[in-house]
Amino acid sequence: MEHRSLGFAIFVHLAALIVALAVLAPLAWLFVMSISSPADLSAKPLHWWPDTIDLSRYRQLLTPETGAAFLASLRNSIEVAGMATLGALIVGIPAGWAASRNPGLGWTLGAVIATYMLPPVALSVPLYLILAKLGLLNNVFGLALVYLSILAPFVTWLLKAGFDPIPRDLEQAAAIDGANLWQLLRIVIVPLAMPVVATALIFAFLLAWDEFFYGLLFTSNQDAKTLSVAIADLAGGRVSDYGLIAAAGVIAALPPVAVGLLMQRALISGLTNGGVKG
Amino acid sequence: MFTERLTLRAWGLMLPLVLVMLAVIGWPLADTVRLSFTDARLVGTGGGFVGFDNYADMLGSRNFRKALAATLTFSIWSVAAELCLGVLVGLLLNQRFYGRTLLRALMILPWALPTVVNATLWRLIYNPEYGALNAALTQLGLADSYQSWLGLPGTAMTALIVADVWKNFPLVALIALAALQAVPRDIQAAATSDGANAWQRFRHVTLPYLVGPLMVALVLRTIEAFKVFDLIWIMTRGGPANSTRSLSLLVYQEAFAFQRAGSGASLALIITLIITVLAVAYLALMRRAAGQGG
Amino acid sequence: MKPTRIAALMAATALTGTAALAETELNALFMAQAAYSEDDIRAMTASFEEANPDVSVTLEFVPYEGLHDKTVLSMGSGGAYDVVLFDVIWPAEYAGNDVLVDVTDKITDEMKSGILPGAWTTVDYDGKSYGMPWILDTKYLFYNKEMLAEAGVDAPPATWDELRAAAQKVKDAGLVEYPIAMSWAQAEAAVCDYTTLLSAYGGDFIADGKPAFQTGGGLQALDYMTTSITDGLTNPNSREFLEEDVRAVFQNGDAAFALNWTYMYNLANAGEDSAVAGKVGVVAAPGVEGVSEHSAVNGSMGLGITTTSQNPDAAWDYIVHMTSQPVQNEYARLSLPIWESSYSDPAVTEGQEELIEAAGKGLAVMYPRPMTPNYQEMSMALQQGIQEALLGMASPQDALEGAAENSGL
Repeated sequence: MEHRSLGFAIFVHLAALIVALAVLAPLAWLFVMSISSPADLSAKPLHWWPDTIDLSRYRQLLTPETGAAFLASLRNSIEVAGMATLGALIVGIPAGWAASRNPGLGWTLGAVIATYMLPPVALSVPLYLILAKLGLLNNVFGLALVYLSILAPFVTWLLKAGFDPIPRDLEQAAAIDGANLWQLLRIVIVPLAMPVVATALIFAFLLAWDEFFYGLLFTSNQDAKTLSVAIADLAGGRVSDYGLIAAAGVIAALPPVAVGLLMQRALISGLTNGGVKG
Repeated sequence: MFTERLTLRAWGLMLPLVLVMLAVIGWPLADTVRLSFTDARLVGTGGGFVGFDNYADMLGSRNFRKALAATLTFSIWSVAAELCLGVLVGLLLNQRFYGRTLLRALMILPWALPTVVNATLWRLIYNPEYGALNAALTQLGLADSYQSWLGLPGTAMTALIVADVWKNFPLVALIALAALQAVPRDIQAAATSDGANAWQRFRHVTLPYLVGPLMVALVLRTIEAFKVFDLIWIMTRGGPANSTRSLSLLVYQEAFAFQRAGSGASLALIITLIITVLAVAYLALMRRAAGQGG
Repeated sequence: MKPTRIAALMAATALTGTAALAETELNALFMAQAAYSEDDIRAMTASFEEANPDVSVTLEFVPYEGLHDKTVLSMGSGGAYDVVLFDVIWPAEYAGNDVLVDVTDKITDEMKSGILPGAWTTVDYDGKSYGMPWILDTKYLFYNKEMLAEAGVDAPPATWDELRAAAQKVKDAGLVEYPIAMSWAQAEAAVCDYTTLLSAYGGDFIADGKPAFQTGGGLQALDYMTTSITDGLTNPNSREFLEEDVRAVFQNGDAAFALNWTYMYNLANAGEDSAVAGKVGVVAAPGVEGVSEHSAVNGSMGLGITTTSQNPDAAWDYIVHMTSQPVQNEYARLSLPIWESSYSDPAVTEGQEELIEAAGKGLAVMYPRPMTPNYQEMSMALQQGIQEALLGMASPQDALEGAAENSGL
């Protein structure tokens, strides 16, 4: 193990380089497209780096006058993902703790997690009809409620796994000291499990940020249309300017990518605890 | 008494989650089952009981068989490729080399990229006239001329699979890496001094540590792949000649574009059933693997 | 509500540009593809809001591919859209599902007499009008004058056979690899091109209530399309092109011929990003000797009021504004007016005489796609059949017979 041949070392470095290129190249190209002029992007042979850096797409998307629709979708995505995440934590923290402390409740949690197998299309028609009846179609609250169906099982599962290693003695001591349930959760459990709560929060937010199918079905205009739907519209419509699509993609990718890089350690431990993003 | 109170209390703590899940999943699912036996339309009239007609129509249709084949092709190949690549890259990341920390960090990027952005990005890369793939291939001398990738049945599915694998293999690699890091060094060393070659060491020392986490990844990725909608919706919309129309796209078309909520519901339940069977089969496999002390 | 929340809401409102004074809010759904550009539609809407300060209109743009589904899905949410753009093929379905308001009584005599009869077919179904025609459009044959001259083609082709011969000359001269660009992706665009050819060959979609496109002119049309690909005349990538891809290829100088909507003329011939500006010619799509002089598909679109609209009167005012002659004349560069007298107005015709001439011939022979409530299903089956033939997965005959069987007709 310790005496590696030179040949093996070269092989490992070469393989690492190839993997790095394969991962980075498409992303780098997305960025380059977003700052290239349309002429550069339709040139043959293709210009891999623009002659002049063109930031007009970012300006167009981010100024209120020209990018109203895009900015509205950005805001909707933040609102929907934020509300859905909050909701998922509110129901997930108590449920995750209860399941962690009572193995007898395992089957309930199992049933909740099994809903992950359901394709969204299996729920979409009734959800559509229900939202219509409640007047919650094309509405950020309605969409956030629907997103709960994806986030809540996931968050509960992650939290349960995070609560498991926390020793029971502490809660018992607190309970004997007369702490009520709310105090117990607030003062003992959640602070101890803060890392896993943070991980669950991030995962939930990213899941909601990523969602497309329900967004496509249940939103109609700037009141609720999310970023992923807006980008799909751009990609499928007047697409003569590939740079504009790329710029929108870069903006949509920035939050999750930044979070991913900053919180890498927490995310990887969350992932390997069995939580896997869809 | 403490435990008893806790159990009651535990149920109380579970309640909000259970209520929410009943509202956003339980009830809609039950309603989907009801709808699947009717000829309900999405907007307007209809809704009479039609028995198993929808199921019979769907299962007997050419479109269903075609979509099932497309979905299976997509799922099997992309999951297989993700697992193989993931394990290989996981093994690589477990070696020592310059820039290892950086490469491990980079692996998070494709995973973090929103699916819709990933699909859009690859659609642009595959553009037959101005795409980067054609440009790269011709400039490197690997191809004589530009060609269509998403417009030909022979390449469209492969192109979709590549886009999916690129986004998802890094996750498998990270899971594999975490599992590998749990392999005790001294067992490795002992095996080496016992004269085991690299393959034997991998097979008998490393692999047992990988099986569990990889099975989880396998189950989750298979379920995800089987549900695929957004990637295909954005990259090909099911074309060319419906060769990449997945089951989820078919349900969308049936229930929303054609507004036949009833038959759309029956098709959605058929998909659910297939996924359940797959998942149960996997779980049984996992149990058996665990039972053999893997 | 906490003050911060109110402030956030106000900031948000300012962001979306909604005028604070407006009492009536309208939501309108348009497409971001072909015909009027997004900027044009915004400008037209701004002039409406200026004239009606108590009404504000929020515009929503989706790709054509999403227009039908978005409209149908929005029916569950009251007031998501007050005004929707609809394609000529949808009134039958929309009428059956109660999507659009019957506006027959609101149409004035001036409208009836002033607007071209062909345009009315866009919004009429079963003797009722479900909106106002807005985009009067068909597919024209565009050509690159410079390339034709270099290849020794003296006149633009008048028949589809001549197009084949001319394209061969361009190819032989080595000017471009594939002279013709078409929008034959699995989408409605392919059905539009197919319809153009079907009308040229004198085919029928439906005869005696049964599919008839798998025989006669319909079969010849697909034969022509398939052969033009195998002969290397039509760009094989056309099988994944939509209209905008065709425009990109044509205005980049990578094609000598293209079939596309009106909007491409001024974008390709005068657009800043066009490499072929000033070299673009346009004629009505060709005919077939002994069968037709020209060919054309009715690709017109109308504006209608949804039955869920809370403000149908304001919505109608908006539609009247958008379809009025002055507005249509002012923005006649990307879409030609529906008004008959506009075509003799120098302000409209100036600088696009060629297009106007082509329109005179093309609009007169616009051929309809079938008027059936199950159009979406029929179209999907047809798209698959067309693609199977174009991709060599089935013979045109087998492909069309399969489509007829799957069409739900």
